[in-house]
Amino acid sequence: MASLDPMDNAWRPWRLLAPALSAIFLLLVVPVAFIVVYSFWLRTATGADIAGFHLDNWIEVLTDPFYRDIMGFTIWIAFATTVVCAVAGYVPAYFIATTQFKHKAFLLLLLMLPFWISYIIRTMSWINILGSSGIVNAALIWIGLTDEPIQMLYNQWTVIVGLVHFLLPFMILNIYVSLYGIDRNLVDAARSLGCTGWQAFREVTLPLSLPGLAAGSLLCFVLGAGTYITPLVLGGPTDAMFANLVFDAIITQLNWPLGSALSLVLLILLGCVVAVYNRFAGMGQIAKSFG
Amino acid sequence: MGDGTQTAVDLQSVVKRYGTFTAVHETDLEIPEGSFLTLLGPSGCGKTTTLRMIAGLTSITEGEIRIKGRRVNDLPIHKRNLGIVFQNYALFPHKTVFENVAFGLKYRGVAKAEAAKRVKEALELVQLPQMADRMPSQLSGGQQQRIALARAIVVQPDVLLLDEPLSALDANLREDMRIELKRIQDTLGITTVFVTHDQSEALAMSDQIVVMSAGHVEQVGTPEEVYNRPASEFVASFLGNSNIVAASVTGVDGGVAKLEVDGLGPILASVTGDQTLSAGQKVKLSIRAEKLALSDTAEAGADATVLDARVTTVDYQGQVARYFLDAGGRQLQAINPIDEHPLSEGKQVSVRIRARDCVVLPA
Ligand SMILES: Nc1ncnc2c1ncn2[C@@H]1O[C@H](COP(=O)(O)OP(=O)(O)O)[C@@H](O)[C@H]1O
Ligand SMILES: [Mg+2]
Repeated sequence: MASLDPMDNAWRPWRLLAPALSAIFLLLVVPVAFIVVYSFWLRTATGADIAGFHLDNWIEVLTDPFYRDIMGFTIWIAFATTVVCAVAGYVPAYFIATTQFKHKAFLLLLLMLPFWISYIIRTMSWINILGSSGIVNAALIWIGLTDEPIQMLYNQWTVIVGLVHFLLPFMILNIYVSLYGIDRNLVDAARSLGCTGWQAFREVTLPLSLPGLAAGSLLCFVLGAGTYITPLVLGGPTDAMFANLVFDAIITQLNWPLGSALSLVLLILLGCVVAVYNRFAGMGQIAKSFG
Repeated sequence: MGDGTQTAVDLQSVVKRYGTFTAVHETDLEIPEGSFLTLLGPSGCGKTTTLRMIAGLTSITEGEIRIKGRRVNDLPIHKRNLGIVFQNYALFPHKTVFENVAFGLKYRGVAKAEAAKRVKEALELVQLPQMADRMPSQLSGGQQQRIALARAIVVQPDVLLLDEPLSALDANLREDMRIELKRIQDTLGITTVFVTHDQSEALAMSDQIVVMSAGHVEQVGTPEEVYNRPASEFVASFLGNSNIVAASVTGVDGGVAKLEVDGLGPILASVTGDQTLSAGQKVKLSIRAEKLALSDTAEAGADATVLDARVTTVDYQGQVARYFLDAGGRQLQAINPIDEHPLSEGKQVSVRIRARDCVVLPA
């Protein structure tokens, strides 16, 4: 009987995992390995890449203050977006989790609805809202508060607005999942022991929803820090984020070696954020909201 | 009672409706100070709703609730000074046992040192003094139950409300906790409202039992009263094993009514003072299975009836046996102690039924 062979049993998990592992290997490890190799190549003025092991790209990326400043700006934008999403997302998440409304699934569907529209189109829609001939300016002129359209677009704030618009559903979903898992009796118990509604929220609901808040924040931060479309569409000329640099290097300048080094820097930074999160919260929480 | 000082909780014409559905029909209930009152009934009959209305967790549609004489209809839960134990314990999972038990004291402004002392006393009362630093997830179900109880009583509530607190425990533990809970309640003399669907819990623990069915109170009484003198067919069938048969009254003589039961013939039944029966009236007759005495021969008399029956099925249970009988084509159940061997199937027996064990119920 083959299945009684101990060697066979030892290999069994690996055989079962093989499809998943090969997919990860082919789709993730191999491309990243290519990028790593590329990042040590050199680009010449004539346009041909020189293969080899050159640290030039890395030295440039890690020492040039230009890149450091844009990394700082990227972290700031991602951070601000995350904070706004956390604050603005908690209320609807709380509402959906606690409502007596019969069609809760419908509310969750509404939350997913934006995903049916292309992210680029959703970002562009802000031009119709905040642009010089957008509805906000039209309304201001109609009321008479201003004669000339006010320039509201193309700055870091509109980048944040666009990112919040994009990322809020992720945050709401994650907070919702953790709020939904809280036993209603806990709040009732706190109330019976002398808490007002607000005190019970602070003592029970909020602390128990922190895992969801943390998971949502991680997603918002990582996705926000990795974006290049929002700053491209809604940012001004000085509002480039780190992924824009990668985009520029690879698509515009066809400088694959530099672009590779830049994208690896971003990957490592976001990897560190995920590692820190994982250390304190564990990745299980994120899996829950997709389950 | 009714003078306000001895009644801890007073429900007056309380009604709860959810939309057009009435979860609790008009209910009046007086819970004496220091007593242990049980709401007993099948699932969905409105026990939890009644308890939550007393607690202030559910609003009442009509009527009035008073706690210690004070109208609490509009008093929010955190000002009612109640202790609640939930079926699933509802311990705060992110707080230690100490913090859980001290929680209510913190919101009552009890000083730290005094709170620590009272938490210690409460943990001793529930016999878990060493658990203060554990997290709830590190405790067994029974221990969590005790901590939940400690958390509720440490604030010295006016009323202790328990919603099926034992039903999540396994059978052995449940019986221990039942005795433990009663001991603690006796020690503290705290007015307690206990919700259960388990008749043996209700009978063992209660001073008063309120039997509920479909949002109605069917009967209020001591365990003996509701068991021996059920007020309705529902109570008779919900508690214990009863034989309930349709009958008609053929005559009343003093405290004993003569009934005619289809298939069984005449049966004597005692009537209580407040029952008025007249000849020809249709009624239901209820007899507890353990009150049917089976023997080879038996004597009828002025206070007992004897029927002939055949044992059809024997359900052996160790100390007792449950017999299914065929008496003139009618199925009856009897539960009798076993003397060496249970009666054998197919045996002809005499069934003796005392008049005082027969309860006449409205049809
Ligand atoms: N929030 C609610 N909305 C609508 N119906 C409810 C609500 N809570 C309870 N009910 C209904 O009220 C009835 C009594 O419920 P409950 O008091 O929980 O019963 P029990 O505790 O006796 O099992 C049930 O039929 C239940 O479905
Ligand atoms: Mg219930």
